[in-house]
Amino acid sequence: MELLVTMAKTVLYVAAVFGVTLLHVAYATYFERKVIGRMQGRIGPVEVGFRGLLQPFADMVKSLFKEDIIPAAADRPLFFLAPVIVVASVMTSLAVIPFFNNGAIADLNVGVLFIFAMASLAVYGIIIAGWSSNSKYSFFGAIRSAAQVISYEIAMGISLAGVFLMAGSVNLNDIVLAQREQPLGMFAVLQIVGFVVFVISAFAETNRTPFDLPEAETELVAGYLTEYSGFRYALFFLAEYISMYIMAALIALCYLGGWALPGFVTRALPFLEQVPGIVWFLIKVYAFMFFYFWVRATLPRYRFDQLMAIGWKILIPVSVVNIVITAFVKRWLM
Amino acid sequence: MLPEFFFGYFACAILGLAMLTVTRKNLVHSVLWMLLLFLHIACLYLFLNAEFLAVIQIIVYAGAILVLFLFLVMLLNLREEHEARRFVKAWQGRLAVCILLLTVIVISVYKATVQPTGGYSIAFINEAGHTKVLGTVLFNQYVLPFLMTALVLFVPMVAAIVLAMKERKR
Repeated sequence: MELLVTMAKTVLYVAAVFGVTLLHVAYATYFERKVIGRMQGRIGPVEVGFRGLLQPFADMVKSLFKEDIIPAAADRPLFFLAPVIVVASVMTSLAVIPFFNNGAIADLNVGVLFIFAMASLAVYGIIIAGWSSNSKYSFFGAIRSAAQVISYEIAMGISLAGVFLMAGSVNLNDIVLAQREQPLGMFAVLQIVGFVVFVISAFAETNRTPFDLPEAETELVAGYLTEYSGFRYALFFLAEYISMYIMAALIALCYLGGWALPGFVTRALPFLEQVPGIVWFLIKVYAFMFFYFWVRATLPRYRFDQLMAIGWKILIPVSVVNIVITAFVKRWLM
Repeated sequence: MLPEFFFGYFACAILGLAMLTVTRKNLVHSVLWMLLLFLHIACLYLFLNAEFLAVIQIIVYAGAILVLFLFLVMLLNLREEHEARRFVKAWQGRLAVCILLLTVIVISVYKATVQPTGGYSIAFINEAGHTKVLGTVLFNQYVLPFLMTALVLFVPMVAAIVLAMKERKR
């Protein structure tokens, strides 16, 4: 009986997280279009609803009613499976993110690594999408994307190792708690090298500008998405935005102090302890989401050889040096 | 009862998926069945309280090695498997190898005895954290084998790069 109650609670919590995330994703697209519009001297969507607030729903309905086109020479089962793999693996990572103190659906001891594992499964969705479409643009886009994601995953993992060393744990909740007495209440100060490497890799990992080569319109039409239309395309779109949220959440949790306030702030202003942690968490996540859009509106796209050179020749060596220095400091100076 | 049921499912599924992996005509499908196989193996690790190993199994095997397999299969465009000449045509040979392998497995299962448990009981590992215990053992007790493994993995990498550079010079 107790087991059933726990299970029912978990299912409800999962459903709540799922629904809230989907709403956030819907409005992230609106937020992005508004922000980029303003930065480019336009006003963004205004027609549907008050100040265009219903635009995401209009887009959703449109993509659901679009014709679902399947290429004649496609590998049909894999063509159907690819978007499902991408969305499922990205959604699963949400399970280990603590939105507030102990607020994760599953408080795993290997939380961060679990997110990495799921991110590496999402690559399959992309490769399969490109291959099963049986089109050369899709295929090139998939190869590019997979090469990019695999390369930057290494830099990303190594740069996070500095945080693991500082926190002495890979559990996301413990990492957040370990940051309270750090300078400014975040690892981003002492781990500034790792932080910069991680942020750059996060852009590459989610295929965002300036690393959106898999979708470089001038060269590859739309990369691995070329042959997809209607709601399958929408699924890929959904997965991209959720993975942006996950990267933003990881940065907020591992480098910016997560849901916790710095120790010196709560000592000076104790009433701030009453504010639920999810407020601070969301402020940090949305600050980073804004940064994503800001960069998209500002920077041009890299060339593919430049992308690989940045990943392998700069980010990976720098993050390895960062680990060694962190380990030495932690062992002998602290 | 429940653990046995789950173990039964994973064991049967692993066998079935392994069969599917080796019998598919399309190599990309074959690699994808293998992906599912690796995920099931990761779940088995979870049942052994080895969460770190389970995650590493997915990151390394599913996320890195198998992706390279998939790359290779796609870049060489091996849509259909080529019919290769078999070394030995007689089916008796295959049967003999199977029986031999089965005998080894059966003997080893019967010979297995419960060894005295060391300092790392399940309670201790749960308390200290699996990742921490693994790190302590690996980097204190087994540091030499660990470095040897690193070297063994490093040598082919250098070799591959040297071979590729020779090609480019020509």
